[in-house]
Amino acid sequence: MKKLTIVMLILIGIYLTLPIVATALYAFSTEWNKTVLPEGLTVEWLTALFQDSRFIEAFGRSILLSGGAVLISILFIVPAIFVIVLYYPSLEKWFQASVVMVYAFPGVILAVGLIRFYSGTSLPMIIAVIGVYVISVLPYMYQGTRNSLRNIQGRQLMDAAELLGATKVEAFRRVLLPSVYPGLFVSVLLSFSILFGEFVLINLVVGSRFETVQIYLMEKLSTSGHLASAIVFVYIVLMGILTIVMAALTKKAKGMTSA
Amino acid sequence: MMNGNKRVFLIIVPFALLMTFFFLVPLIYMLVSSFSNSEGITFEHYQEVLTNSYILQGFKNSLVLSFVSALIALIASLLGVYAMTSFSEKVRERLLVLSNLTSNFSGVPLAFAFIVLLGNSGLFTLAMEKFGWDLSFSLYSWSGLLLIYIYFQLPLAVMLLYPIYFGIQMQWKEAAALLGASTFMFWKKIGLPIIFPGVIGTFTILFANAFGAYASAYALTGSNYNLAAIRIGALIQGDIFAQPELASAIAVLLGVIMIVGMLLNEWLIKKTRKDLSGR
Repeated sequence: MKKLTIVMLILIGIYLTLPIVATALYAFSTEWNKTVLPEGLTVEWLTALFQDSRFIEAFGRSILLSGGAVLISILFIVPAIFVIVLYYPSLEKWFQASVVMVYAFPGVILAVGLIRFYSGTSLPMIIAVIGVYVISVLPYMYQGTRNSLRNIQGRQLMDAAELLGATKVEAFRRVLLPSVYPGLFVSVLLSFSILFGEFVLINLVVGSRFETVQIYLMEKLSTSGHLASAIVFVYIVLMGILTIVMAALTKKAKGMTSA
Repeated sequence: MMNGNKRVFLIIVPFALLMTFFFLVPLIYMLVSSFSNSEGITFEHYQEVLTNSYILQGFKNSLVLSFVSALIALIASLLGVYAMTSFSEKVRERLLVLSNLTSNFSGVPLAFAFIVLLGNSGLFTLAMEKFGWDLSFSLYSWSGLLLIYIYFQLPLAVMLLYPIYFGIQMQWKEAAALLGASTFMFWKKIGLPIIFPGVIGTFTILFANAFGAYASAYALTGSNYNLAAIRIGALIQGDIFAQPELASAIAVLLGVIMIVGMLLNEWLIKKTRKDLSGR
């Protein structure tokens, strides 16, 4: 039984890594049409990609779009989460209901809603997409913030700081924020990486008028396999960096609460 | 100086506004528009959905694909995560990081990676040809989509099941062993009943995750493969034949299936909890 489960774990590992390894290899290979392994290695595709201004622009747009949405979420959603978790636990069940709803409705449904409602208004569609992005990261923001606040017993910490003479704002900035910062930062990175890979909403609602990395990739899929694999390689590297930073921060956050 | 209540109000209002205008209102508007035509209230879009065999086929394909991919990923991960319990914490953490990384690998990039492996001139396809094997497998079909769906379900299943397994305390196993229970007995009588609600919950999330998925199937087959989500996309995107009301009706039905799934899940979890405590 034990052996069977370990074999299964190894199989899962192979299944999950194989497509990534193959794509990365393809991004660096000269010719790979007839042979089992690539005929030669080259950085030609990667250089070509970074000299392509359309890719650079698409990359910038992706960063702007996901970064902007995450920033708005930090400015307007996170404070609300703080206030509700710390001072209005009775409102929390409404908040949780919203979180579940946002989580349950996939992008393709939201896309229909957005197009139906906003195509009749003068609001640019890209703004509507950013708005939905801000909402769609709510589950991750909520989970991360609430867990960190619970771990450090946020309410007691605030009360203690105020008892010692700090104002609410001071207590928040000097005591609470530094302790929840790692957990919050993990949520921010997670939200960013999810939005960076988002394709459904941007493609259906805005389309090629706002070419992000995902849309650019979609177009290259049918025209140049090598370039497409170079894009996917860059995407994987970026996600890898974000994942490793998140893992390190989570570890740090755990260490802080157990210490 | 503002009083506390007013300040709190100011903090919650922006959130409420965003939620209203970018989530609730569009969805409600979609719901309303699925029931209306130029003359007023109508059920014709729903009638169309429920009598159009092509759309129904799309729903059926989506249901089967989501169910099968969720089940396979769940069983594989149940076994795999169990194996993780025998490793040190350091190794387990590394495995989780890997799983986290691959969980971001979905949609268009994932579809492309599978084209590299199994597409018409993919790595495996060529290797098979070289060896003279004809598996008559096509990535651009149901079985190809199933492989891709299983791929993006696996990391999610691992991440959801991991904490559930580790909710089982070492002490319980030891106590059971002291009382003479074998490992098999422990899992049958104690372990599985405890993790059962969590496993059901995981299955529901996996199912919903696949049911709403759009990007990988679209990247692979355009609008050719018939799934409910793909039908929605095709109906709102078609420049000449766009039928947004029909798309709204399909989207509403998709949402209803999601909600029913969630409620069923909740009910099942409550029921098993009650059964457990009633013993």
